[in-house]
Amino acid sequence: MTPQPTRRQQFEARQRRRATLVAAASTGAVVLALVLLIPLAPGWQAVKRSFFNAEVFAKTFPGLLNAFVMDIAIFAWCAPLIAALGLIVALMRDVKSPALYPLRLVAVLYTDIFRGLPVILVIYLIGFGIPGLGLPRPWNSPYLWGSLALILVYAAYVAEVIRSGIESIHASQRNAALSLGLSHSDTMRFVVLPQALRRVVPANMNLFVALQKDVALLSFIGPVEIFRQAGVYKSLLANFTPYVGAALIFLAITIPATRYADYLMNKQARARS
Amino acid sequence: MKLWIYTTLALGLASAAIAQNDCAAGKTITDGTLTIATGNPAYYPWVMDDAPESKAGFEAAVAYAVAAEMGFADDQVTWVRTSFDQAIQPGAKDFDLNLQQFSITEDREKMVDFSQPYYSSAMAVLTTQKVVDAGATASADSLKSLIWGADASTTAVPMLSELIQPEKAPLLYGDNADVTAALQAGQIDAALFDLPTALYLAGVVVEGGTLLGQFPAARSANPDQFGILMEEGSALKPCVDAALGALKDSGRLAEIEAEWLQQATAVPVIE
Repeated sequence: MTPQPTRRQQFEARQRRRATLVAAASTGAVVLALVLLIPLAPGWQAVKRSFFNAEVFAKTFPGLLNAFVMDIAIFAWCAPLIAALGLIVALMRDVKSPALYPLRLVAVLYTDIFRGLPVILVIYLIGFGIPGLGLPRPWNSPYLWGSLALILVYAAYVAEVIRSGIESIHASQRNAALSLGLSHSDTMRFVVLPQALRRVVPANMNLFVALQKDVALLSFIGPVEIFRQAGVYKSLLANFTPYVGAALIFLAITIPATRYADYLMNKQARARS
Repeated sequence: MKLWIYTTLALGLASAAIAQNDCAAGKTITDGTLTIATGNPAYYPWVMDDAPESKAGFEAAVAYAVAAEMGFADDQVTWVRTSFDQAIQPGAKDFDLNLQQFSITEDREKMVDFSQPYYSSAMAVLTTQKVVDAGATASADSLKSLIWGADASTTAVPMLSELIQPEKAPLLYGDNADVTAALQAGQIDAALFDLPTALYLAGVVVEGGTLLGQFPAARSANPDQFGILMEEGSALKPCVDAALGALKDSGRLAEIEAEWLQQATAVPVIE
């Protein structure tokens, strides 16, 4: 015989059911109000024609999906390079030896500059500036320099995140490892870094979600990815619906990714508590 | 103070009453004034020195001529600036007419109104002397093998695929300035513009800029014809069309074109 729930448990179950019902009812009411009220706005028909045009959507969506492949490709080659450069910069900032201080200085300057500049500005300056030096093909490709700009900016963020992870490992662990006879580099490699990296996985996931979106900024220096493709359709059809289509495609990728980052973060919070 | 207000009102009413012809009366967003939009910035030779009020430049001159036909005196024309996106966004517009080299297309006509065309442009190939020295010619094969660029919000984009069919996907930019920056940096070999714009960019903006040639307007399936853009269902459209028709018939439009876009005829034609 299964144990009967206590009166307290019954009470709590009732409370939970009631909370769920209230939440569902109020959500339903809000959605209903939006669905009923927005079309009453005087400009709704015009907005619907310009932003939610089924005909335009059907016509442009396949082309947008096609262009999104470019976004994914840029993301795919930038992400590992960002991870590698971020790690290197984070390690450079952790250098303790006075003789190697210049390394540390370079790392500090680097993170200060590239965290301080808007991504689009860096893409513009590097994307048009460096090829302007007169580089021959294929070394003046906008894909190359645009990607470099993304890598530089995002590696600066990743480096800071990794550094915070490294600093979150208590000093006693380093001291213990050193007293066991490990060298400084071995201590970092086998004791500090594995723990630090595990701790910063959720924060870095967030950065990669942001990167996936910022890839669209490369369109400003030439590549025709989804944002630019949507802009071309917008101009040709004088209709903003392609942007809505592009937004949906981005969300299809970024919502699962942010949910996954949240899941990791919660899991870690539970493990620590 | 009160007197001042009455005087202004009286003056305003008086000028409104005598100024417009019957067609445009009461149909503009501000009574007695024709509000015309242009780009920000507006480029040579469409508008000189980014100052349409000076009536200098092809589109500025056309705008004042159309306004005069519609019964608006020069001082009853006011100018505002819009981007392409502002011109096509839904909702109340802050202009009556919008002239900034908008190409008339069937798809666009579903969303906004266009007047009848006031100019038919050839498309021209802007490149640099360096690319020409490297062996680029106006032959179909040579054009296909170039790396192309264009302003993403223009009809140059479909024309590229229609007229040239380049081997490599063209690169697209946000405005003329970015296209020329890419051309200068060697990221693209050539770019497609309407002929007057291409002439200006080659002559003034791009260092070593040159035109490889022009595609005559008549050759492509849909020639690039510029129309005055108005809100969808604009009551002014018949008046604007009538004004443009009168300007064409009287030869005034051709005169304005000859005055501001005359050099556009000397560029070799690409077969």
